Amino acid sequence: MDAINQSILTLILLVPLVGALVVALVPDHGKLPNWIALLTTLVSFAFALHLPAHFVQGQGGFQFEVNRLWIETPAISYHVGVDALSLWLVVLVGLLAPVGVVASWNAVTERRKVFYSLFLLQQTAMVGVFIALDLMLYYGFWELSLVPMAILIAMYGRKDGPKAALKFFLFTFIPSAPLLVAILWMYSKTHTFDYVTLQVLFTHGAFPASALCWVSLAFLFAFAVKVPIFPLHGWLADTFSEAPVALAMVVAGKLGLYSMMRFHVGLFPVQAREAAPWLIGLAVIGILYGACLALVQRDFWRLMAFAALSHLSLIVLAIYGFTFTGWTGAVYQILSHGVVDAALFLLLGALELRYGTSQIGALGGVAAKLPRLAVFFVIATLAMIGLPMLSGFIGEFLILSSTFVGVSRSWTVAAALGVILGAAYMLWLVQRVFYGTTNKLTGERKAADLGLGEFAILAPLAVLILVMGIAPGYWLDSIQSGVHPPPEKAATVLPTSILIPVEAISTAREGLR
Amino acid sequence: MNQVPDILRILPEVVLTLTGVVIMLVDATLPASAPRRPMGWVAALGTTLALWCSLQQLALPVGTGFYGTVETSPFTVFFHVLICGIVLVALLLSLDALPEKTHHQGEFYALIVFGAVGMCLLTSAVELLVVFIALEISSIATYILAGFRKETGKGPEAAIKYFLLGSFATGFLLYGIALAFGATGTTQVYELARAIPTATNHPLLVASLALMLVGILFKVSAAPFHVWTPDVYEGAPSVVVVLLSTAPKAAAFALLLRVVYEIFPSLHELWSPVLWGVAVLSMTVGNLAALRQQNVKRMLAYSSIAHAGYLLAAFAGLGSSGIAAASFYTAAYAAMNVGIFAVISLVSGYEDDLPLVSDFRGLLYRAPFLGSLLIFFLVSLVGIPFTGGFFGKFYSFSAAVDGGAIALAIIGLLNSGLAAGYYLRLALTAAQRNPDQKAAPVPQPQLLAVVALLISVAATLVLGIVPNQALHAAQAAAHTLQTPPITPAAPVMMIEMPAEH
Repeated sequence: MDAINQSILTLILLVPLVGALVVALVPDHGKLPNWIALLTTLVSFAFALHLPAHFVQGQGGFQFEVNRLWIETPAISYHVGVDALSLWLVVLVGLLAPVGVVASWNAVTERRKVFYSLFLLQQTAMVGVFIALDLMLYYGFWELSLVPMAILIAMYGRKDGPKAALKFFLFTFIPSAPLLVAILWMYSKTHTFDYVTLQVLFTHGAFPASALCWVSLAFLFAFAVKVPIFPLHGWLADTFSEAPVALAMVVAGKLGLYSMMRFHVGLFPVQAREAAPWLIGLAVIGILYGACLALVQRDFWRLMAFAALSHLSLIVLAIYGFTFTGWTGAVYQILSHGVVDAALFLLLGALELRYGTSQIGALGGVAAKLPRLAVFFVIATLAMIGLPMLSGFIGEFLILSSTFVGVSRSWTVAAALGVILGAAYMLWLVQRVFYGTTNKLTGERKAADLGLGEFAILAPLAVLILVMGIAPGYWLDSIQSGVHPPPEKAATVLPTSILIPVEAISTAREGLR
Repeated sequence: MNQVPDILRILPEVVLTLTGVVIMLVDATLPASAPRRPMGWVAALGTTLALWCSLQQLALPVGTGFYGTVETSPFTVFFHVLICGIVLVALLLSLDALPEKTHHQGEFYALIVFGAVGMCLLTSAVELLVVFIALEISSIATYILAGFRKETGKGPEAAIKYFLLGSFATGFLLYGIALAFGATGTTQVYELARAIPTATNHPLLVASLALMLVGILFKVSAAPFHVWTPDVYEGAPSVVVVLLSTAPKAAAFALLLRVVYEIFPSLHELWSPVLWGVAVLSMTVGNLAALRQQNVKRMLAYSSIAHAGYLLAAFAGLGSSGIAAASFYTAAYAAMNVGIFAVISLVSGYEDDLPLVSDFRGLLYRAPFLGSLLIFFLVSLVGIPFTGGFFGKFYSFSAAVDGGAIALAIIGLLNSGLAAGYYLRLALTAAQRNPDQKAAPVPQPQLLAVVALLISVAATLVLGIVPNQALHAAQAAAHTLQTPPITPAAPVMMIEMPAEH
């Protein structure tokens, strides 16, 4: 078992990559690429499920860790591992991969090889971001995740793919410049890229807080664009309305939010606390602004984009509230949002495929024609607006209640207003698309209800949404066992489980002089 | 003390020279109708042999030969291998890409080989007059190669522009050498290095440094000495640009490293800010101009100016970290630039039938192999992780940050974001579906060209994924350049050597 635990993360990382190569090499014969991609993603999901099964709760530190020197000078290591924070995120990425394949099954009809090999490459990059514990390795995967995304948006965009792709790429590539410089600066002072070592160095005062101020801002800026946080959300709506469904469901949120918790707050707790009031303010603006804009959108992809802005801002609010409950809620909400969004995107994609439009006004009365699709859509919608007993409720409740108690009542009221608006725009969307009378398009066009493949993937998602709402304890326990905001005052005793090279501290101190 | 026969110190150059001479002679004696392609094979063989000889030079003790004029060290071997590698790929490619009926094919191969002689000698020379001669050998060969398409208007234009400006720049360099001689009474690199810190006529040395920098920065096409680059790249055949955009630059960067780190380390306060400024100017001017280009070769010419800027950023790093970073970047830059120009020369042909970005529309569908390689090299030029381009930039900026030039690193990285704009424009155009089907079909590359391409791909990937070995080589190179081999070397040898004869 040890051998498996040692290599499981590498396997999860490499399986999609191997799959990508296989897809690229086999002949483009019918749906062969689809099947290979599906198989690959299922295998990688199965591997990902190994993690929660063998994760030791409450142990602290990273598990399934591998740490090998990759490049000697500068010292870059292949250092990967998961803790309670990244554990479920890796599983989520694993889950969304087959969902993405099914979502593209009928939507992508040409150049399947290119699509699926890039899609699988993107999987590798995302898994890499969640498990990398060496800053250079992390940065590598972070950058790598941009390219397949940009190319796929450009090639498979709906109307103006290349333009949206360029916008997406520049928006996310340019902020990574300061991020890389910040990482290099830290390396030149400490001679290490290792996350754990750096964290210990920083929290134990190897650097004065002022020296890390701009470094932490560089980190924050890169992540804030990727989440996105208001006012850096300019790329989101275009990307959502152009990106293939399988990619739109993973492009926003997770990567940025995880990076904030792990690398911004995790490495620079003091600076993060200083920035927190600003971020809370921006988050609340984002919640309300996103919700208001979602109300007036005519295209359902753009509506989903602004809805995402609103929902993701709520999670940002929880992260920078620095409460224990808030952090638990944040992680839970990332998971729930990932699942619910995947279901909604899958359904909207199916809808667009059947009627050839994403204009809300052009649809109507679809429920009478496609009852199964409508049922799933309503379930996902209710989960998204936070109906009790469904997954969205738990996270939202934890976030709002912890903000109310631990941060500020007025901000909570404002954020809760956003939640109400959220119910309004989502239910209004359901009403306009699925109910009412059928019009010319929906009445005459022959459209088949959900197929077997779609049903096979949506039913488990719906069950998962329900289970996550009824029995959240399973996830909450494991999240709570390891995820918590950094304490207000840095601990004075070194944790014994972590060994820091003494010379690293001394070089760091010399570097500062 | 120095038992190595002098000839071994310049063995690769000797091999290349003999190859060139043989090709010239055979070319002159063959009837005009005879196929000239086998000469390409001879050239490729000679270059391979020279590459092997360079590698064998690693076994020699570090030191100088021929009265302290040429040196063998890991530094020279690093650049020899790089230059021979580039030349080899260029030769393999021209064996396929050069049309059967091209005039003066034999001379074409000979010129490439002679150019390689000059470039190799440039990196191993430690006597400024030999440096000058080497630079002339390589320049004259490249001037002629640039104008090889005589029948077009742009070919001769490129050659004449390159020649006029290039001669000017060489003149500057020569003037700088003369002033250095005037100030110190020597042109030997190590003697200069020893004499300069104590030299009394400081202004003369400053002028000498400035003039030499002008000459060398012209050769690496750094702004503001870059104006020739787009015209020459556009006018020269793409096969030649494969060579032109990489090998002479690598040699010139080696010379720049020698000049600033070995001869003028004591004037560091002077050249460091100058190179800082040139680096910022090169990347910004290069990228901004490239954004507006519709012609692929001109766009890549400006991109190469920007890359010279990224490379110069490494010079902000002090000591061996800067040298190692610059050497590594040269290799990474060469790998991907050779690759992209090779793809372009195969796609648009010897006559540049497809000059514009929009002509590449749908390339991925028309020629999947070349199209995907084009995208691969563009991705590497953007600097996406796990490609050579990323690690090159990474080391360069890491050296800059190490040397305290944080602003330079940020400007550089923002620039690389800007650069992504035009690289991706080309990549996305190639990935776009072609609405009209009337575009000319792209010929399938032949075996040799495929080999050449695969060498570039492998080099780009190796430098990005397992760069340890190349890094060690670069660090060893940096080390030998930093510490001149034998401290009282040159004068002792000057006395000893004649005694042996």
